[in-house]
Amino acid sequence: MLEVANLCLHYGQHLALDSISVRAAKGETIVILGANGAGKSSLLKAVAGMVSPDAGSSVALDGKQLLGRPAHEVVEVGIALVPEGRGIFGDLTVEENLLLGAYAPRARGEETRRRAFVYELFPKLAQRRGQYANTMSGGEQQMVAIGRALMSNPDFLMLDEPSLGLAPVVVTELFATLRRVQQTGVGLVIVEQNVKVSLGIADRGYLMEAGRIVGENSAQALLEDEAVQRAFLGKNSEMQNR
Amino acid sequence: MTARDLAGWAAALATLAALALAPVYLDAYGLGLMIGIAGYVTLATAWALFSGPTRYVSLATVAFFGIGAYTVAVLSETLPYPLVLLVAALIGLVVALVVGLSTLRLAGVYFVIFTFGLAELIRQLVTWYEVNVTGTLGRYIFLDLGSEDIYWQLLALGATTILLAWWIGRSRIGLALRVIGDDEVVAAHCGIDIARVKLALFAASAVIITLVGAIQAPRWTYVEPAIVFNPTISFLTLIMALLGGANRLWGPLLGAVPLFLLFEWLSANFPNHYSIILGLLFIAIVFVLPKGIVAFAEKQWKGKSAEAAP
Repeated sequence: MLEVANLCLHYGQHLALDSISVRAAKGETIVILGANGAGKSSLLKAVAGMVSPDAGSSVALDGKQLLGRPAHEVVEVGIALVPEGRGIFGDLTVEENLLLGAYAPRARGEETRRRAFVYELFPKLAQRRGQYANTMSGGEQQMVAIGRALMSNPDFLMLDEPSLGLAPVVVTELFATLRRVQQTGVGLVIVEQNVKVSLGIADRGYLMEAGRIVGENSAQALLEDEAVQRAFLGKNSEMQNR
Repeated sequence: MTARDLAGWAAALATLAALALAPVYLDAYGLGLMIGIAGYVTLATAWALFSGPTRYVSLATVAFFGIGAYTVAVLSETLPYPLVLLVAALIGLVVALVVGLSTLRLAGVYFVIFTFGLAELIRQLVTWYEVNVTGTLGRYIFLDLGSEDIYWQLLALGATTILLAWWIGRSRIGLALRVIGDDEVVAAHCGIDIARVKLALFAASAVIITLVGAIQAPRWTYVEPAIVFNPTISFLTLIMALLGGANRLWGPLLGAVPLFLLFEWLSANFPNHYSIILGLLFIAIVFVLPKGIVAFAEKQWKGKSAEAAP
């Protein structure tokens, strides 16, 4: 169980996260929806140990407090992040990128097994194992990034806007892949602006606005929710271009 | 181990053996050149060990080099020589750890400026101490070490440094190092303890540089801060590593050998214009070969084989 409670974060004077509480059960997929600047990425950064939240905040995995740990220790506890904009190393081959993902002590000695697992999940990566990552398409790079994160054998995989900058057909393929990741028992925390496709694979969703959680429901209910449709799915002509 | 690896090791060992025999067939001047080359190859390789992959440009080379040389100057009469080297290495290690812990968070140009300042600071501190406390500026080193002893020590240190660089390049740390320079944030998300990796590399590099200073010190006989903390040593090391290519195992060596010979020739033939030519060379190297000789040759080679392939 990943549990974020009363998470507050200031960037200087600016309150970026205001008493956020979010939880994800083992193997569960949650989606955090919100417009640009709502604080979605800040939330992931806080969990991943990239920013330090205010006192009184709590981020715990199975009861273990994560706040105050640096990023590399959060990986070790079992939370991997695919940062916005891929997060791969272009000058390394696919295989080297994956090996780096197994750097955390929790994955050491398991490289071969984890690699086989990732290649099974992404057969395309197995064919291209010797290719330099920067010569691949956006969708393929995103697969490398996800594969790299999975190499650390995480309990939870956090993805920051995975569909950003990808063609619609690639997005569909990407989420089909994430569905396969789900089936391996890994919990997913997805931050997205692409509401429809992300709610399509999620169990539950949260709505974020100006640093606060303003709504929470099952994915199905959110898809049918009128307010969500108005705000994100462009049912209201005024909001069409959001 | 494949046959090719075996041949590579055999060639490396044979080269090392041939180099070790240099004092037999070289005159004093030749041996002096070899000492200089071995010293700068080691300095440039040690510099690239840390600065190549992390892209932290350090001008602290002479700070550690000078610490090594001065330690020998101060302690050579009181302690046996091997112990002096050990103490020098330890002092270098401690300074590197303190400096590393406090500065490796500095990024880009701030780190460059800090390291340059550090070398000056240590020089001024030593000068102040010598003038005000011991009342002498400059010390004599009377050690019963011949040129060939110094040469062999430097050769062994240089070979060890290259071996260390080779081993790191193949290890898990080497892979981590290659990406820290690219993107520290993503590297942290891979579970890499960036601060620790950088600190370990900085310390290893600094200890080697300290030892080069310590080993070379007896050649001067007379040592004073202005000699052993001469910032030109930092700049030469930097430009040699950059010329060869700081991200390749043999890059620093391939940069150090020709440049050292060139500098030697220039200072003998154009003693008054030496600095001007040096400056122009720096500029030319940065413009023409920004990634170094080795990367340039690789690119040429790949370009040719790509043309030949279809």
